[in-house]
Amino acid sequence: MIPIENFLVLSGLLFAIGLFGVLSRRSAILILMSVELMLAGVAINFITFASYRDTEAFSGLVFALFVITVAAAEVGLALGIVLRLFRERRTANVDEASSLKW
Amino acid sequence: MTFFDQVHAVGPALALYAGAGAVLSADLLQGRRASIWGLAVVAGVVSLGWTLAQLIVGVEAGALGGAVRVDAFSIYLAAIIGGVVLAVTLAAREWASTLEQAAEFYALLLVSAGSMVLLAQAEDLITLFVALETTSIAQFILVGITRNDRSSEAGLKYLLTGAVAAAILLYGFAFLFGMAGTTSLEGIAVWVASAPEAQRLPLMLAFVFVAVGIGFKMALVPSHAWAPDVYEGSPALVATFLSVASKAAGFAVAMRLFYTALGGGDTFISQDWGKMFAVLAALSMIVGNTGALLQTNAKRLLGYSSIAQAGNIAVGLAAVAAGSTAGPSGVLFFLGAYAVTNVGAFVVVSLVADRLGSEQIADYAGLVKRSPAAAIVLSLCLVSLTGIPPTAGFVAKVYVFNAAVQSGERWLLALVAFAVLNTAISAFYYLRWVRTMILDEPRDATPFRASGGVQFVLAVSAVGVLLFGLDPSPLIQAAQDAAAALL
Repeated sequence: MIPIENFLVLSGLLFAIGLFGVLSRRSAILILMSVELMLAGVAINFITFASYRDTEAFSGLVFALFVITVAAAEVGLALGIVLRLFRERRTANVDEASSLKW
Repeated sequence: MTFFDQVHAVGPALALYAGAGAVLSADLLQGRRASIWGLAVVAGVVSLGWTLAQLIVGVEAGALGGAVRVDAFSIYLAAIIGGVVLAVTLAAREWASTLEQAAEFYALLLVSAGSMVLLAQAEDLITLFVALETTSIAQFILVGITRNDRSSEAGLKYLLTGAVAAAILLYGFAFLFGMAGTTSLEGIAVWVASAPEAQRLPLMLAFVFVAVGIGFKMALVPSHAWAPDVYEGSPALVATFLSVASKAAGFAVAMRLFYTALGGGDTFISQDWGKMFAVLAALSMIVGNTGALLQTNAKRLLGYSSIAQAGNIAVGLAAVAAGSTAGPSGVLFFLGAYAVTNVGAFVVVSLVADRLGSEQIADYAGLVKRSPAAAIVLSLCLVSLTGIPPTAGFVAKVYVFNAAVQSGERWLLALVAFAVLNTAISAFYYLRWVRTMILDEPRDATPFRASGGVQFVLAVSAVGVLLFGLDPSPLIQAAQDAAAALL
């Protein structure tokens, strides 16, 4: 059997790459994609733990499904808002969405 | 457990969800003629009434196969959330009638509040996560509902921060699940109680992720950056809901997670997370208070104030881990006092924005001559936020700080000293606003009046602030009962 560490490193890397993307990207779309990477890391984590443990493994798998569903809902909404902002300002760059600054 | 018992347990949340459904259906079937406002008020009243019925008739604790737990703790929070959503609905009548999507506004408000009630009841990580996201997603739309440029921008910022916070929270959940092998909070508690010392580091990693993720709801550093932008950009009544109900739900989750699952004051890691919350509380207070000092926009100032207040409340969370039983009841009392205070403040801001078309504090000059009631209620609320007697905010601060001092831990004493220093800083910007309203001359002295619903909400808020300030014992008793249910 593949050691559990391999999967944990994979999910940790995905999460870290996603977090780096969130902090470094300036386009709202790319930030959303980075969030998706973070969530993919989380889902892999849940599935790994669920399959390497013998007790109550189901709840981990169910959790992964909920993560995927909720992420889809969130991205759908986010794209709607980005689209509206884009129509008003012709940009999806979060640096230029800065009318709310002190 | 019969079917009715199950329904009774989640009744307050169901009433709010049903209200949302009724509002949307009425809008669809009757369009403009429908009295959607009335339906939303009825939903709020039924939810509050049902919460009260749970308290009087009693309710079985576990429901829905252990997914939720209904006890004095969840009832206390359901009462706060129900009260806030009712207040926002009552005050929103006039403003919402100008909205293109008034029905959607009420429906989303009710859905978000219903999920918050579920959130306070959640006894399982999965329920908790789904309720949390339902709350957030409804709020993302509410923030951007007015279809102007700033509202959309605030919505986008809120959504992006919220999505990242949710991912971080989930990463922490994944490790909790991986170590304990179960998503049930009780199961995790059983595991933590017998966990070997070697698990300390992974457990600390998990709860730091959880605290950062859930801090988004509470507007606690380091997930606080959205608050000023979102409060400024969103409609004042939506900001009311975010600042009070959302914060209460966030602290409820934090208390359930850290108190129930991570074992309160008597496990090997409770000192660790107590210290973490102490650091977060100190940072929130200083960031919020220094940020608020130079603000000229009322809602933006209240946004920074909300961060600072989250810091004050988190002092109670830090005291939790020191083994002091006053900690959790202090947090709960503070949330109750904060709810009546902040609703009053935000509703006045919303009224002024409506009538004067301005959110600048300079335009509050001489408000006492134009609308004495609004000016007096806002002054009272600001005095309460500062923490000056005889208001609810004073009792709340004394209660929470006292809980921290009681433990006798040196780091908690230092935290309280820092918090008192911060209260002095906060007095500067809160009382400057009061002075502007009362002493400065208005540029235009035309008086204006509030609508009936707004007047009612302001009166209730003012009475609450004074009542809990002069005779806090009933609320303290309720908070202590609620905290006892948590232990």
